[in-house]
Amino acid sequence: MSQVPNEPVANRPPVTADVSPLTHLNRLKTLAVEWRAYTMLVALAAIWIFFHYLTGGVFLSARNFSNLMLQTSVTGVLAVGMLMVIIAGQIDLSVGSLVGLTGGISAAVLTWLGWGLVPSLIAAVVVGLLISSFQGLLVAYANIPAFIVTLGGLLAWRGAILGISKGKTIPISNQLYRSIGQCFVARYAGWALAVAAVLAVALLVIQRSRARVRHGLSSLGWGRLVWQIAVPSVVILAFVHVLNSYAGVPIPVMILLVVALAGVVVTQNTTFGRYLYAIGGNPDAARLSGISLRKHILAVFCLMGTLAGVASVIYTARVASASPDAGNLLELDAIAACVIGGTSLMGGRGTVFGAIVGALIMASLDNGMSLKSVEPYVQYLVKGAVLVTAVGFDMLGRRRG
Amino acid sequence: MMTTKADAPLLEMRNITKAFPGVRALDGVSLDLYGGEVHALVGENGAGKSTLMKVLSGVYPYPEYGGEILIDGELRRFSHIREAEEAGIAIVYQELSLVKDMAVGENIFLGREPRRFGFVSWEELYRRTGQLLSDLHLTIDPRTPVRNLGIGQQQLVEIAKALSQNARILVLDEPTAALTDGEVDTLVKILGSLRERGVGMIYISHKLGEVFRLSDRITVLRDGRTVGTQPTTELDEQRVIALMVGREVGDLFPKATHQPGETVFEARNITAEDPNVPGKLLVNRVSFAVKRGEVLGIAGLMGSGRSELLMAIFGAYAGRVRGETVVEGKQVRITSPGDAINYGIGFVTEDRKRFGLVLDQTILHNMTLASLPRVSGRIMTNREVEAAACERMSRDLRVKARNVDTVAGTLSGGNQQKVVLGKWLLTRPRVLFLDEPTRGIDVGAKQEIYAEINRLAREGLAIVLVSSELPEVLGLSDRVLVLHEGVVTGEFARTEATPEAVMSCATGHTSRAA
Repeated sequence: MSQVPNEPVANRPPVTADVSPLTHLNRLKTLAVEWRAYTMLVALAAIWIFFHYLTGGVFLSARNFSNLMLQTSVTGVLAVGMLMVIIAGQIDLSVGSLVGLTGGISAAVLTWLGWGLVPSLIAAVVVGLLISSFQGLLVAYANIPAFIVTLGGLLAWRGAILGISKGKTIPISNQLYRSIGQCFVARYAGWALAVAAVLAVALLVIQRSRARVRHGLSSLGWGRLVWQIAVPSVVILAFVHVLNSYAGVPIPVMILLVVALAGVVVTQNTTFGRYLYAIGGNPDAARLSGISLRKHILAVFCLMGTLAGVASVIYTARVASASPDAGNLLELDAIAACVIGGTSLMGGRGTVFGAIVGALIMASLDNGMSLKSVEPYVQYLVKGAVLVTAVGFDMLGRRRG
Repeated sequence: MMTTKADAPLLEMRNITKAFPGVRALDGVSLDLYGGEVHALVGENGAGKSTLMKVLSGVYPYPEYGGEILIDGELRRFSHIREAEEAGIAIVYQELSLVKDMAVGENIFLGREPRRFGFVSWEELYRRTGQLLSDLHLTIDPRTPVRNLGIGQQQLVEIAKALSQNARILVLDEPTAALTDGEVDTLVKILGSLRERGVGMIYISHKLGEVFRLSDRITVLRDGRTVGTQPTTELDEQRVIALMVGREVGDLFPKATHQPGETVFEARNITAEDPNVPGKLLVNRVSFAVKRGEVLGIAGLMGSGRSELLMAIFGAYAGRVRGETVVEGKQVRITSPGDAINYGIGFVTEDRKRFGLVLDQTILHNMTLASLPRVSGRIMTNREVEAAACERMSRDLRVKARNVDTVAGTLSGGNQQKVVLGKWLLTRPRVLFLDEPTRGIDVGAKQEIYAEINRLAREGLAIVLVSSELPEVLGLSDRVLVLHEGVVTGEFARTEATPEAVMSCATGHTSRAA
């Protein structure tokens, strides 16, 4: 009932570099923003340790870790696409149904039409792309809110797959197709890739540091340079080591890594990604800066649909069949992953890293609770509570920051 | 009124201090207010005006601040906004807090609706609203949705809302920022009648002309301290500005003589239709040309179509647009801001928070937004190249921030405006549109922006300047175009442009050609 509006930004004390002692406060604030993504990493570690202890050392065993990563892969691929959609201030509720439909079509092309492996893979991706571009057109050019268009999609595409499959599950017998979801990268190849990745990281960091100096920017110093190379290297090597001590890096995990890496590059290192953040953050300012909102919104939906196609292949291959209810509620997992990872549903804020951590948290809860044979109804309750709690903490931190 | 003035002050704030982590926002500020007095509070952004008002209104409850607040000579300690309201303190904020889709009456009594048998008594509500509005000589229908009112009228409704709570101490935070001259006159009348009712008013404004016109006394704040309180009649604008910035300011508008070169940009017969009212022309056959190194000022009252004209040329206008644009002798078709940027038009839009900046993002990301393919890379961005360009621009414009990774929303208004200016300079424009480039920023930053405008013109940029502050238009422009209701009513060379002559055209009183 009080009539005090939100504090106008102009009335906040100004931040002035050389004059005001506020500088220090501001530095803390920026740090807080950066650390928000890492708090979720800490939460993830806590969940892992908790389940590890609870399951008597089973949870973090190489075998279960491999399983956990596998479980993350489908949600993770979708979360990368969803992240870009949400950053641009949109939403896509249709991806679960889209995974069901594209997976079903892919299986139908392979098993019923007998067109072979490559056409069936292409079918999944192309159908995903076409359908989402249709949805994107409706959002961007017909000005129908994304929530409505994709809610319609959620219903319609589920109906489509029920109609196409006539309610039946389509089996996959093609070994190559199945291997996409069930096979592992050979151990030596895994190591080779890990070493290549470490070298690439080192090269990139050194190159950027040189570029900074070349453009007259202050150099970062040796300590930070070593740190920037060492941390990712240790993570990469440890990751491959653990997975190799079971059966190697699962193919779906490889796919997720590639998608996530591409997602990082797109969001952080391309003009396209930068525009997505601007469009979600302030559409008016973006438009007046010469950015075509329509093209970018259409494009981001296309990306989402393509990734839904990719995810459907992994999903179908893993279970070696396409059932008409495949992918049900996956859109909510993907959205939850983004939000847990610090993405703002208002648009303009979020990272691929956060979304992947979010996907890992969701998958870890699933996996851990299944190991302890927690009843399904409790699993739903816990996942719901975690989602709301994560965002609650985020809001609390944001208000204080 | 003299009778009340002799009594104890209505409000006394003694030695108020307020600290935020790492900074003292208020450092022993004192202020007193008598019934029937208009007490102006001026100071640069960040001087502590808003903080002081938040202490008064209970936003920062006791004991978060130091010092004493006395009302009618009695010590008060507000622990909640509600208590301050009950003590008769009301604040009309610069940014409106009305619910757009609710009627005027609903807004005024929001949360305090008159009730009968537990249900809202709408008749009573609208009757009382009508009474309240007519007391203020406002002809606004209490049942109109706020959305349908102009921004100025909304501001007046805010004032009515404050008064409906029987406010005895009324704080007006930049009340005229959005008002047309007619509305300012209404406001002046309202303040006059409130004065007679014995309401004490604290008036915060950057517009010194108004401050001198309206106030009885002026208190100047600087860096969280009171620099002085004096009767308005004993001060003049130069003196107040000097007190605000802590140094004697020379001429605010250093007369720079530019040597205009060849014509860079020409607009012919620009016509723009109101997107909501088909057939209504907000801009009607407006033509102008601007030369290299020339500053063309566009004066006009609110609603004269100034911003619409620029938006229409820039390809960013929602309604139908007709007319021709010529860039460096070649006729071009501009259908989107992207086209305009490609043809070398830059546009520092009004309302930097709404149109200019992505507030959540860094200075770097904001500054390069309009020029990313050129500054950074067509497909891939290059962080180092971008940062270098951005740091250079920040240095040139003297943006005060820790580094280019500072989030734009945390900057002061003046620095935000510099970031927007930098964004457009990075597009390397041939002609630069400036729409209200100094609105709501402090005097120091204003001066820097004026100097920058002069420097850019000297370097050969063609500049079109729109401002509702007449001294700004007259002080900076080589030529002044005057708009009234979408039509050009006058054109003046610098030497002929007197405030009286321009204002006469702007009000549609006279019209003349150069």
